[in-house]
Amino acid sequence: MKLRELAHGRTGDKGDTLNVSVICFDARVYPHLLRHLTVEHVKSHLQGVVRGEVRRYELPAIGALNFVLEHALGGGVTRSLALDAHGKSLSAALLDIDIEPPV
Amino acid sequence: MSTATPSRTIRIGTGAGYSGDRIEPAVQLVEQGALDYLVFECLAERTIALAQQARRRDASLGYDPLLEARWRAVLPLAAKRGVRIVTNMGAANPLAAARKTLELARALGIDTLRIAAVTGDDVLDVVQAGDYRFEESGEPVAAFKNRIVAANAYLGAQPIVDALQAGADVVLTGRVADPALFLAPLVHAFGWSMDDWDRLGQGTVVGHLLECAGQITGGYFADPGIKDVPNLARLGFPIGEVGEDGSVVITKVPHAGGCVTEATCKEQLLYEIHDPKRYLQPDVVADFSRVTIKQRGADTVAVTGGRGTPRPGTLKTSVAYVDGFIGEGQISYGGSGALARARLALDIVRDRLALRGIAVRELRCDLIGVDSLYGSARAANQPEPYEVRVRVAARCDSIEEAVQIGNEVETLYTNGPAGGGGATKSVREVIAVQSVLLPREAITPSIEIFGK
Repeated sequence: MKLRELAHGRTGDKGDTLNVSVICFDARVYPHLLRHLTVEHVKSHLQGVVRGEVRRYELPAIGALNFVLEHALGGGVTRSLALDAHGKSLSAALLDIDIEPPV
Repeated sequence: MSTATPSRTIRIGTGAGYSGDRIEPAVQLVEQGALDYLVFECLAERTIALAQQARRRDASLGYDPLLEARWRAVLPLAAKRGVRIVTNMGAANPLAAARKTLELARALGIDTLRIAAVTGDDVLDVVQAGDYRFEESGEPVAAFKNRIVAANAYLGAQPIVDALQAGADVVLTGRVADPALFLAPLVHAFGWSMDDWDRLGQGTVVGHLLECAGQITGGYFADPGIKDVPNLARLGFPIGEVGEDGSVVITKVPHAGGCVTEATCKEQLLYEIHDPKRYLQPDVVADFSRVTIKQRGADTVAVTGGRGTPRPGTLKTSVAYVDGFIGEGQISYGGSGALARARLALDIVRDRLALRGIAVRELRCDLIGVDSLYGSARAANQPEPYEVRVRVAARCDSIEEAVQIGNEVETLYTNGPAGGGGATKSVREVIAVQSVLLPREAITPSIEIFGK
């Protein structure tokens, strides 16, 4: 199944680094995402878009993960040649990732 | 209007989340929000550099271009109701913004307004005299000397608190950390100490949730069928009802469009956050990791649990510099074979730029509808689109070269593949921004009072 059936999220930008939040619609799914939505999985899904490191922060109190993606903006919003210089549309790409259905 | 007396809760509304934001939601908040404070956040990273350029052309300008329109819309009623206003619409020229505000207030028949301008964020001289390196690239700032347009430090809440203590009804700042625009009224109203790190941390949560206006009331959230939001054309902006311990209830005016739910609050809490345990602010290092978010009723969500640790010793300073020009051209192809014709168009433009020896520092070729957002790897194995828009963008040192990019796309009309349509072209000067960290001692904020 697609991640967007289990979670929602938003992209934010700071310099050449993006963050994408992944927030469970149902907090009970959080342990499942913690297990399956790994840094490696996200990194391979966004291959070619994100050139730098990917870090994952855990927020169990609100059932969310926060992914920080480095070198994702071609020099940052102020000088990028990209159509979406903020990389705002990246959350939709991440939510398109295939994920094991929770049991 | 007078200095606020401490009360159990105060109500802060957000009147704008960026410089071009809608104006009616701010009016609605003043009319129906029972507000104590209204905050307009209007200063994106690069906006201040553009304002600085405007100020160089005319010393009486350099503040937010919508300042007058916003004041005409909200000031009379805000003054009548005693709603105090805090905003960074001063941009590159808070003093001129204060003078303009005073002039407008008088023209609108408000003669009791006290206005404060916060200055000291403009540290161009400090940055140019010092020996600093950019945090992002590691390059010495001195290498950019002649190209630097502006350098502004992110000030904290203190000068705004001082202005409110001095009885200001309207506080106009330049660069201030966005959450500090909201933190300041809380510090002022509740008498928080500037080393009460947990309260400052929770106050930062409040500011961070409110600073993007409609982004917490259902704006930037809708995904039809999955996340539906009612009446976005009449989106209401948020109100934070804050208690003395900083705990906040986020809500909106009843019947305004949008919605306030746990989900909208969670998305905004993590917006532009990296390590949630260490959100660096001028006044505190805020910790969002144990924040809890609970729906209390329709469009009513309680948020608490923000904490903090001592503030950093340095202040982030954005340095803006001119970085050449971006030239761009676009043209569309449709129907069967559109993708192949669009790819041919890109090949032709690349060849033309090489043939003519047009110097580009960086070239980007996109097929909008195919690979412009996520690149070619993610576009592979997707069904072929029925229409495609070609986009070529390049960074050039001179405006003359940048102009040629769009021209070479436009000439595809009569020299390129069949059926191209809707060509457009543009050139813009690039204002790039990098940051340096300045020691606190290098920066001296101050306030100046105008009016009553």
